[in-house]
Formats: sequence, structure tokens, C-alpha cells
Amino acid sequence: MIKLQIISGVVGGLALVGALAATAVAQSASPVAADAAAAAPAAVVAVTGEDTYQHVCAACHMPDALGATGAGTYPALASNPRLMAGAYPLYVVMKGKNGMPPMGDMLTDAQVADVVNYVRTHFGNDYTSMPVTPEQVVAMR
Amino acid sequence: MNDTPQSGITKRDLLSMIGTVAGGTAMFAAMAPLGQAKASTFTGPIKLEGEPRGKKVLVLGGGVAGMVSALELSRAGYLVEVLEYNDRVGGRAWTIKGGDTFTELGGATQTCEFAPGNYINPGPWRIPTEHGGLIHYCNELGVGLEPFQQQNYNAYLHNTEKFDGKPQRYKTIQADYYGHVSELLAKAVNQNALSDVVSTEDAEILLESLRSWGALDSNMRYVKSNASASRRGWDKGPGGGLTAVPIPSEPLDAHTVLQSGMWRSIGGNLSNEHQTAIFQPVGGMGQIAAGFDRAVGHLIRRNSKVTEIRQSESGVVVNYVDTATGQRLTTSADYCICTIPLSVLSQIPLNVSPTMAAAISAVPYRPSVKIGLEFKRRFWEQDESIYGGITSTNLPISQISYPSYNYGSRGPGVLLGAYTGGSMSYELTAQSPAERVRRAVEWGAEIHPQYREEFMNGVAVGWHRVPWTLGCFGMWNEESRAAHYTNLCQMDGRFMIAGEHASYIGGWIEGAVTSALDAVSRLHQRVQAG
Repeated sequence: MIKLQIISGVVGGLALVGALAATAVAQSASPVAADAAAAAPAAVVAVTGEDTYQHVCAACHMPDALGATGAGTYPALASNPRLMAGAYPLYVVMKGKNGMPPMGDMLTDAQVADVVNYVRTHFGNDYTSMPVTPEQVVAMR
Repeated sequence: MNDTPQSGITKRDLLSMIGTVAGGTAMFAAMAPLGQAKASTFTGPIKLEGEPRGKKVLVLGGGVAGMVSALELSRAGYLVEVLEYNDRVGGRAWTIKGGDTFTELGGATQTCEFAPGNYINPGPWRIPTEHGGLIHYCNELGVGLEPFQQQNYNAYLHNTEKFDGKPQRYKTIQADYYGHVSELLAKAVNQNALSDVVSTEDAEILLESLRSWGALDSNMRYVKSNASASRRGWDKGPGGGLTAVPIPSEPLDAHTVLQSGMWRSIGGNLSNEHQTAIFQPVGGMGQIAAGFDRAVGHLIRRNSKVTEIRQSESGVVVNYVDTATGQRLTTSADYCICTIPLSVLSQIPLNVSPTMAAAISAVPYRPSVKIGLEFKRRFWEQDESIYGGITSTNLPISQISYPSYNYGSRGPGVLLGAYTGGSMSYELTAQSPAERVRRAVEWGAEIHPQYREEFMNGVAVGWHRVPWTLGCFGMWNEESRAAHYTNLCQMDGRFMIAGEHASYIGGWIEGAVTSALDAVSRLHQRVQAG
């Protein structure tokens, strides 16, 4: 059973709203942000790596982790040798890559570590040694 | 405003004279130096003077940036060829109406079931007065505009944690917020708390303005009165005959207004890009695509997926695949203006300088989800007197926007049942379209219980599943602007980039228009220079 909640309301959203506002100053009023600024939920509260994968990553990499192709491509994470070392997927999740946004602001240290380790040990990947730790996430923030 | 009454003529007088004598365009041009009408960088129709010297320009992408480029270059005499991935033009200037189908990444196909006349704009949906470039092309291309209700005082502000989850009318919160702030400020003035910054003479004017702005009574108090009720709403409104006498309503107290946090929504409506007058194309944003299609559609090859871009000292060669037949094709030109979203372009083999390549890879794409819901009747109008405008909520749907067209029609109506940014967009995008719609109905019913009885069908677009953008629009921040923006917009050999991503008006069509005009002008200068 996948459980996921979105922190809602002023208290939960404030820290992240502040962080986003700081990065948005150079931009003209964003058509999405200006309307959604009121009290929109901002942070993800997922319990397990699987939760985070299915509610965040799957938007692009798909629920089966096979990716998808249109004018451009979302790479498959399934059976992907680039996940052999945890540092690479950790870096991509934290910093983004090309059009992929950095996800670190939305996720806790544990969520990042858990989702990286989940993908590295599922979908035909079997990289069980040297799991990524929350400390490594902190070091990359 | 810095009028100069001493000279006997004010700026307004001057502008009105210029307007009378020389027409609106001259007035607009005259206003800019006076510092009153600084909108986008658009200052009037572009004029490319000089010969195109037989040059051909290949435009990649048949959205608004690509079609503005094609229109102006072909007018100047250039040979123009446009490649477009989709089987239609317009890109994000896009409307979904009944009978339309949309297949997203992952393969889910939705067929819109809306009744005739109903539609949803999954991307951009409104045109601010500020955006003179887009308005210019709408006027020129015969795209009719009508008012978009950005701010509806009768729409709601809603928070599940406040007022027991009961939606509040926008006008009520705004009136009470203004009223209490005015009263507090007046109190400070009367206690001489501001005497070091406000002169005695100004203090009197300030008090007078606070009474006006806040609807205060003769004692400078914000209280239950006809004055406050005429802004926040009445318990019983005025009428005619024997039932005419109005009954004012009781304002919320200052503590409640502040703690509600709902004042946050007031600021959003104050930005230049959300101020009245603000417009939408009659029939949806797809009409902008249709207008450009009439003008330059014959130059555009659809179903063309770009796979490689190579430039040399003599020209640009582009490989592409016909997505309908699978045929591999090649075309070439002297120059290339590329409007392909950076999320896609960053994956296409392309030989440009390392600095431009780095810029292309430096712009992540924002998530967003829009969900259109059709109901059997316009209960928001019939039951709640909400005609267009936007309800804001802390629910994951973020807002509900009521249609700014066909007011009062008796048939089914379509509203925007969700418009999200941030983390919720990923969660909704990760779900099936049917599940997105189901949840939007469930959440929306907390504000409008009529949802449960009246819902008919819906369509949901998660922008990260849109095959030709892989996201909603480019996200810049101060650091990436400083490091990459100029490098992105710089002409690189024979290759240039245009689109909303190459603008400071990200996510708005005006960014696409102004960046295309800027690119076209610089390309033309380059050709003139030989």
C-alpha cells in the first residue's frame, strides 16, 4: 500500500515557498507561480522510496521505469547500468539534468537516499552494495 | 506620475493631444519615453529593411516563436522552411475541445467529450495588456480577443484549515483586510506614531485617504456599516419596493483576517501581467495557432521530428524523421532559428560552441497540470453568482477558474478544475488521466458540492507527459541567468535560439514573440553585413 501525503497549508509550505521565492526573483511573474502562490502545497511527504518513485519520478520515467520517447526522451531507469554507482543517480536527483528539474528542494535527505536506493534495487537493477546514505545527500545540498 | 502643472500642460493632456492628432500608435510610441507604458520590449511592428540576398532560413518548431520568425522573414523576402514535430501548428498555443484526442508519453490517449463550444487551454490561457507583441499579431491575424476575468470579487478564497473549510468571497477578505489595515494605520497616525516620517499636513491627507481606501467610519473605525457592506457584501442586499432596506454584514475581526492567510491572494492579482484589462482569444488559444496557420501554414512541414542539427561555414543541415511514414529526410539552409524547447533540444546532436551547449543544458522545465472539467450546468453562475474569474485554494488543485465566455448558457459548462505547480504536479502527472480527473472532482467538491451531481467528463494534461515539450516551460533563476542567458541568445555561427525559454517573460507567449523578433532582427543585420 502506497501512502503519500502532501503537506498543505501555511505551516508546512512556508519553508519551501521561501526557498522557491528566492530563486524566482529574476523571472517575470511566472504564470503558474503567481496564481498558485496563495497556499499551494509544496513539499512531498512520501514514506518509502517506492512511494517517492511512484508519486514523483514516475511522472516522467513512468511507473514501470521504462521511460518514454516523443520529440525527446525520458531515459529508462530499468536495467540501467548507469545506476551501478549510487553517486550518479544521486547527483541527477539533486542537481537535475538538461530539462529535468533538481528535486532536492522538494524531498528530505532520507527521501532522496531512499528513492535512489529503491531504483537501484528494482526494475531489473540489482545494485545492493554501497547504498546511498542521507549523509551523502546532505553533502550534496 | 510626475505631471508638470506649472507649465500649464500635464502629461495626460500632452498624450491626449498626440493621440488625437497622430493616432494611437504614435501615442504609444510617445508614451514610452515618458515612462508610463513600459510593458514588454515590443514597441511596434518590425521593419526589416534591406535585401535578404537570396538567403534561406530554416525554422525549427512551428509554435508561436517559430511562426513569428517565419512570418517576418518571409515578408522580408527570405526563403523560409519550418519543421514542426506535431501534426498541427501552434505548440503550446493550444486548445482542447470536444472530439480532439491527445496521446501523452506513456501512451494514454484521451478523447475530449466536451459539448460544442466548450474548451480548455492546457497551456497559456490569457493575454495581458502588457503583452503588446502578441496583441499586435492577434489584431493583425484576425484573432478576436475578449476579456478574461482574472479577478472576480465574487469568486472564492478557500483554505481547508480556515473558516471550517468554508469558502470566503474574495471581496469580503479584501474589504476586511484593507479596512483593518486602514484602521490600524489611522490609529498610528492619530497617536503621532508616524510624526517623524509624516508631516502634519500629509497626516491629514493620509487619514482622508485611509477612510476612502478602507471604508472607515467618521471615527476612523472599520465597522459594520453600509460603507463596509458595500465592499464586503451585505447580509441582505438593497433592492426596490417594500423589501428594499439593505442589512449590512458584520466584518471579520483583524485577527481572523490576518490568521487566515488569505490576504496572500491579493498580491498575485496586482502584478502587471494579471491586471485588468486582460484578454483571451475568442474560442481559445488555438485561435492564435489558426491565425498564424492562415499566414504561414504553407511554409510549415508537420510530423517532422528533428534528429540532428549540423552547421558549417557554408550553412546548416538538419536531419529529421517523418513521424507518420518513418522516412528519414534532410534539409538545409543558410541559417537556422531553432525554437525547439530546451528540454528536447538538449538531447539533439548539435554542433555549437561549448558556452551555448552549456546554456541549452542549464534550464530545467517546470511541472504543471491543468484539468478541464465539464458539468451538466453552470452551477457556479446559477447557484453562486460567479461569472468567470478564479477561486484560489490550498487544496492540491490550487485553483478553479470559471469560463470567461458563454455566460448564462443553459447547456453544459467547462471550468478549469486544477492548475498546479510544484510537487503536486508530479504526483498528478504520475497518475492516469482518468485518475487525475477523478481526484480533481473529489477535491473541487469540497468547494462546490454540486460537483458530485453535475460532473460529466474531463481532460487532464500533465505537462511533463507532453511529448513535444517534456515539461511546461523553462525555469531560470538568478544564477543560471547570469551564467547562461546571454550565451543562449547569442548567434552561434549560423544558428540562433528563440522561444519563451530565450526571454525574461518565461511561460508567457509574449516571451516567444519578443525573442523571435529579437532573433530575426539580429539575423537580418548579419545578412546585411554580408
